This record gives sequence, structure tokens and C-alpha cells, in this order.
Amino acid sequence: MSILISLLIGLVFGCGLIVSGMSNPAKVLAFLDLAGDWDPSLALVMAGAIAVGLPAFSVARRRQNSLRGKPLQMPTARQIDRRLLAGSALFGIGWGLAGICPGPALVLLGSGAVQGAVFVLAMLAGMAVFTAFERLSQAREGRSDRGQ
Amino acid sequence: MITIDWLHFTPASSFAGGLLIGFAVALLILLEGRIAGISGIVGGLLQPRRTGDVGWRLAFVLGLVAAPLAWGMLALLPQGRIDATWTTLVVAGLLVGFGSRLGSGCTSGHGVCGLSRLSPRSLAATVVFMAAGFATVFVARHLLA
Repeated sequence: MSILISLLIGLVFGCGLIVSGMSNPAKVLAFLDLAGDWDPSLALVMAGAIAVGLPAFSVARRRQNSLRGKPLQMPTARQIDRRLLAGSALFGIGWGLAGICPGPALVLLGSGAVQGAVFVLAMLAGMAVFTAFERLSQAREGRSDRGQ
Repeated sequence: MITIDWLHFTPASSFAGGLLIGFAVALLILLEGRIAGISGIVGGLLQPRRTGDVGWRLAFVLGLVAAPLAWGMLALLPQGRIDATWTTLVVAGLLVGFGSRLGSGCTSGHGVCGLSRLSPRSLAATVVFMAAGFATVFVARHLLA
């Protein structure tokens, strides 16, 4: 059941990206180009999404379980640390270079754009590099813990 | 001074698309108890032993990939434009993948879900990636070009 629900939700999310213009990299770049002919449309995507998200999360926050009785897995991290800021900066640079973020990348892949497929492969590689990098730093921490 | 491109401004469809995205986010948290952060969902697929829940992640991703296919069966799929060169696409993809994992989120996880949860951490992340995006386009289009 969860599989079917997740599939349908992904489909709705993807249609939202298409309707909104988020899956058009040229439009995303026009939004990020404050000094050029600025297309403010994507601010409205954010506004629309948050208009629905805000009440949904205010309900979710007061519950232990989802409506289907599943544990609500809310993020627990609170710290604004160097990882968060550096990661977000790198992500923002990549987003500004091509006008593509992870959701639209998958929609572009599905629309049959070869560029979408190339971007998704590079994105997966970037994520794999992160996983490897994290494993390495955990192994290093493990060694230094034993040393103490 | 900012010049607005009124010709390409699509307030109604962009807001409507935003509502749909918000609806998907709301359903995922209220039914499945999960945050609809695309980079986190995809990243979890690369660490299956750590997360142990490949099924719903894969299904969600398939839904996203299938969206333009389903759309194309019912209506004309709006044509996007990708101007980036192959090199730019690869570099951008690597940065987006690595950066979103290091920063624990992207436009959906921090920008939509995090702001909807009123999380100061996600607000900080969103301000930083938006600023980096604006700065990158400024450099690429107005300083280097």
C-alpha cells in the first residue's frame, strides 16, 4: 500500500513541477537572474507549496503517527553548522549553473531529455561521492576514538 | 533596479503548480509520515543498508519520472529549454548531488518542507542556496558572458 501511495504522491509532485514551470531550466535561470529580465514566477511556486505545507505540518507536529498509523519521521537536527551552510552553498552554485535541482532533474529524465539523464547521472555520482566521503570520515573518527 | 519580465511571468500556473507540490508534500507527511525531500529520498536509495526502506523511495522517484509520461498521454507536455553545455550539466549535477547531501536537503526538503515546518535550520539553508544561485547566475551571465 505504501508503495502505491508513494508512487501516486511522486506523480502529483512531478505534475506540480511541470505545471509550475520548475521543470523548465530556462525559467528557473530567469528567476535566478535578478540583474537581467527577472521572471518572479518561481517565488509563487514556493508560496503555493508552503500555503498547503504549513497547515499540513502544523497538524503533523501535534501527532505521533501518521493518519495511516506510521511513525512521523520529522527531522531532529537543529544546528546551523558548517556542513549545512557549505552543502547548501555548493547546491546553490550547481542549481545556478544549469537551473536544475533534484526533483526537476527526475522529471526531465522522464520527459526523455538526454540532458536530464546526464544531469541525473552526475547528481547520483555527486551523492555517491558524498556517501564515500562520509564513510571515510566516520572511519577516521572511529580510529581516533579508539586512540583516546 | 530590477526589471520584471512580465511577458514570461506566469503567476497563476506557477502558484497552481506550487499548490500541487504542497498537496504532495502534505500527503506524504500525513499518510506516510515522511518528508518529501527529493535529495534525501534519492540519497537514501544509495545507502539501502542504512535506511532499509528502498520500496517507497523507489516508488516515489518512479512517480516523479513517470509524471511527464502520464502528462504526455493526456495533454501536450510543456517544452522546457536546457541551455547548459554538457560540461556545465555534469559539473552542476555533481555539485547538486554532493551539496544537497552535505547540506541535508534541497529546494524541496529545506525550501518547501523545512519552511513549512518553520525550521530555522531550513530557513538558513534556503537563504544560502538561493543566494548562491542568484550569485552564480549573476557571475555566469553578467560578469563572464
